[in-house]
Amino acid sequence: MAAIQEKRPLTPITKLLRVHAPLIAESANAGQFVIVRVRERGERIPLTITDYDRDRGLVTIVVQEVGVTTRCLGALQEGDEILDIVGPLGEAPQLQPGGHIIGVGGGYGAAALLCLMRERKEQGDRTTVIVGARHKDLLILVDELREVCDNLELCTDDGSAGFKGLVTERLQQLIDGDQSQRPDYVLAIGPMPMMRAVADTTRDTGIATQASLDPLMIDGTGMCGGCRVTIGGEVKFACVDGPFFDAHQVDFDEAVQRSKMYVKEESLAACRQSESGTG
Amino acid sequence: MPVKRSDKTPMPQRDPTGRAQDFDEVNEGYCFSHAMFEAERCLRCQDPVCMEGCPVRIPISDFVHAIAAGDLARAASILRTANPLPGICGRVCPQESQCELKCHMAKRFGPVAVGHLERFVADWERSQPVGETPPAPWQSARVAVVGSGPAGLVCAGQLARQGYPVTVYEALHAPGGVLRYGIPEFRLPNAILDWEIDALKRLGVEFVNNVIIGKTITLDNLFDRYGFAAVFIGTGAGLPKFLGIPGENLNGVYSANEFLTRINLMQAFQFPEADTPLKVGKRVAVIGSGNTAMDAVRSARRMGAEQALVVYRRSEAEMTARVEEYHHAIEEGVKFHWLTNPVEVIGDDDGWVAGLKCLRMELGEPDESGRARPVPIEGSELVFPVDNVVLSIGTTPNPLLAKTTPGLATHSWGGLVVDEKKGETSRRRVYAGGDAVTGAATVILAAGAGKSAAEAIHQDLSAGL
Repeated sequence: MAAIQEKRPLTPITKLLRVHAPLIAESANAGQFVIVRVRERGERIPLTITDYDRDRGLVTIVVQEVGVTTRCLGALQEGDEILDIVGPLGEAPQLQPGGHIIGVGGGYGAAALLCLMRERKEQGDRTTVIVGARHKDLLILVDELREVCDNLELCTDDGSAGFKGLVTERLQQLIDGDQSQRPDYVLAIGPMPMMRAVADTTRDTGIATQASLDPLMIDGTGMCGGCRVTIGGEVKFACVDGPFFDAHQVDFDEAVQRSKMYVKEESLAACRQSESGTG
Repeated sequence: MPVKRSDKTPMPQRDPTGRAQDFDEVNEGYCFSHAMFEAERCLRCQDPVCMEGCPVRIPISDFVHAIAAGDLARAASILRTANPLPGICGRVCPQESQCELKCHMAKRFGPVAVGHLERFVADWERSQPVGETPPAPWQSARVAVVGSGPAGLVCAGQLARQGYPVTVYEALHAPGGVLRYGIPEFRLPNAILDWEIDALKRLGVEFVNNVIIGKTITLDNLFDRYGFAAVFIGTGAGLPKFLGIPGENLNGVYSANEFLTRINLMQAFQFPEADTPLKVGKRVAVIGSGNTAMDAVRSARRMGAEQALVVYRRSEAEMTARVEEYHHAIEEGVKFHWLTNPVEVIGDDDGWVAGLKCLRMELGEPDESGRARPVPIEGSELVFPVDNVVLSIGTTPNPLLAKTTPGLATHSWGGLVVDEKKGETSRRRVYAGGDAVTGAATVILAAGAGKSAAEAIHQDLSAGL
């Protein structure tokens, strides 16, 4: 059980939760994730560790309410407890420090960049963050991200804030820009189509690019193999080998296909939840 | 000694048609008169060789005689002292290749049904009011147990009986390890497991779920920060093997671990009342021939598969499952395809499984394992039209703890290196046993290793070594 100490809505369907989980806070590294279960007979879902505070024993997670479990989680209030939380799981990304790193975040993936980019900056990297959303109200954690990077680039589909267009279009501009703008590394965290587009953008540039994959998962310790992904023709388990992989080697077709395995069941469960008004 | 001319009393079991529709237990258990009759069949040998066949060295003839004398409380006490998990072992042990194989009665009639009697006593004990609370742990040295599967549970129980405060760490949200996520309810109901774990809690064992030693807390910190005097590693063999054939990542292909974990731990058979789904079509092929394969294929039937088949590249003679499970599977309508080697999972346009392509095999010369090597028959290709493929071709020890623990030596295949006598690893005061050391084996061998390690830990700690 882990008590929610602070809850903050970021968008109508995105909530930030600061959770008392001292053991996880103590051993967490940027880029790792936790698995939570919210109710009896509930499912286990992976969530990226957005931030951690070792002194206060707090772990920050951001949840986007898109399914039964995430809605249950988003409905919890300050003082409520998360039934089960385990971690930290997975490995932090392996990147050599000392270059210019661009973190690209789409949707609630932007949250995952928070402590990652802070750590990179502390280790001497020059850090740029590109985050995108349909509209400026859907951009999350903008102030926090501005603090942890040297340069924050906002993108919106409708031009309501920052660059009008996709994150990958802005990324392309930076790559094509002068030497000071061009990244040495790119880190992509967000929806699968966005990460794939980032991989395509940097594929022929020689810029090392990593994507954070979040396939379906149960135990998170390498036991079920449900999270297997193909990287450069080799099968890997995202939970223990990942979640970061060379984006240019990821078989995105397969990853997208596997992520849709339970679409029907998920919508059935979501309908039931809406009808019963619970959760 | 008069010859007792009777066969083994059969285990009463549910009708196959009815039981293949649900996850309730198949075996119904002996009633009192069955048990008395069966206990009377024991020859009371001067030299009870049955005990030699038992990895946890239960004084079998003693507990069987106690049943025959009608003293079930004594039978229960004898059993529980030797084995903290009688209700579990009575259900899932391969007695036919252990205690019952040694039984002198086995030569002329059937062996004494040791397993059925063990289960009977454990079930009787469960129906009784809980006895007096045992004394609080009196030893000062604390022991941590990593993993709450059979090895860990038995080690914890034996140490608790010696007065040690024991803390068991479990990575999942519920304790039991493979007993929880792997073995289905129709063979081992969760209620039995819960009761056995509660019995350990009454002995003073503390259970901490949702902690992964090596990730949440390092092994070194268990000593340095948490002050444990010894650690037992019973992390099992949880890493599933895959075949590496084309199509293995198609939607609808599962490892047996995933398939069974969704059902057993996450209760997918109750979806959508339970939140975790599992997609099972009308036709399911399970690859492999061990107990896990039987659990998976029988679970597939219960999840609604009309055709459930087992595909195995060797012959029936090389099958590794218990005969009882094999027979239960046949009774429940499972079809077996021996000497059939899967070479490709065929997909449809949407990326879902549509079939399993196989080659027929014939047996050739013996291979490294001493078993006849299956050799493909040319031009024998065939395709089973199926909606799901479940791979049950073995598991290896999970590397997670060894990877994050400096100085913890492993074999090239991942098993932890231990001193054979004590079960101590390359790290001082760190002991290991069960599948983490041997690779995938049985519940009772893990239990035996947990018990031996508990003895070694007690000796080392009391000698101050």
